Amino acid sequence: MEAVKLKKDNLIIAKKKFRSRLIVGTGKYKTMSECAKAIKLSEADIVTVAVRRVNITNKKKPLLMDYIDPKKITYLPNTAGCFNSKEALRTLRLAREIGGWKLVKLEVLGDKKNLFPEMIETLKSTEILTKEGFKVMVYCNDDPLMAKRLENVGACAIMPLASPIGSGLGIQNKVNIKIIRSQTKLPLIIDAGLGQASDATIAMELGCDGVLVNTAIAKAKKPYEMAKAFKNAVIAGRQSFLSGRIEKSLMGNPSTPTDGII
Amino acid sequence: MKKIKKIKIIVNGKIRFIKEKTNLFHLINKLKIPIKKVAIELNQEIMNKKNLNKITLRNNDKLEIVHFIGGG
Repeated sequence: MEAVKLKKDNLIIAKKKFRSRLIVGTGKYKTMSECAKAIKLSEADIVTVAVRRVNITNKKKPLLMDYIDPKKITYLPNTAGCFNSKEALRTLRLAREIGGWKLVKLEVLGDKKNLFPEMIETLKSTEILTKEGFKVMVYCNDDPLMAKRLENVGACAIMPLASPIGSGLGIQNKVNIKIIRSQTKLPLIIDAGLGQASDATIAMELGCDGVLVNTAIAKAKKPYEMAKAFKNAVIAGRQSFLSGRIEKSLMGNPSTPTDGII
Repeated sequence: MKKIKKIKIIVNGKIRFIKEKTNLFHLINKLKIPIKKVAIELNQEIMNKKNLNKITLRNNDKLEIVHFIGGG
């Protein structure tokens, strides 16, 4: 089944237009070619990438840039694995130096087990990076007050978690996501915790502008099929949101006219 | 024969001995690292990739050479 493509309903982040509202991570795949193929099937325009040491001794190790062309797909450097502001700033400044990347994803973690964001350090980093000219998309808790503070210091997108990174638990606090949606005009992107395609649909139906998925695709039994499922789920959720759902009612309401019953 | 002096540097956490007065541009080339795909930090300071040939490496210098890998 081919899902209908929405026309002129672009995702706009820091004045840049993107066709797809699905952002995918490039980690956890078995091979680089599997990663590249899954991304292609997902039709994502943005992929998250990490900054790590070059392997000096083994030159034959495949390079991400040889599989995913940064001219065709927007690389979103991410600070995954950073546990304080200093590390995160260092990572993103290096990322910018690789090739001028200014649109970045900030992720400062606070706990190695639950991987929840360390919001004080995140807030501090967002402010510094914004002043340095970065466009910062910020991974954060589903806390409306913190989301507001991030917006106030210049975040270009708010990226609350659905549930812990890699947990696959889906959206745990729809109410908070709705509150954040109602208070901000910034792009709101659900980041982390999605487990299956329907989770992405729910996020989009809540009015989010996009979703970021990595583990749910990379670790699915069939990553290629799951990449397609997420693509379709995001489109379906967006269409559903834009279409305006019916009111909920406690009692039944017949779909067939009752007039003229024999 | 004049003995070539060597200095000790640390590249991505590993000790390496190189000829003294080696400039950073030459080292990167010697290591066959694609300059366009990396960022370089010398003693915690990010280097402008256009100026690498102006940087002469010194004993105990610490280099970090990074690139993009898959991540979430």
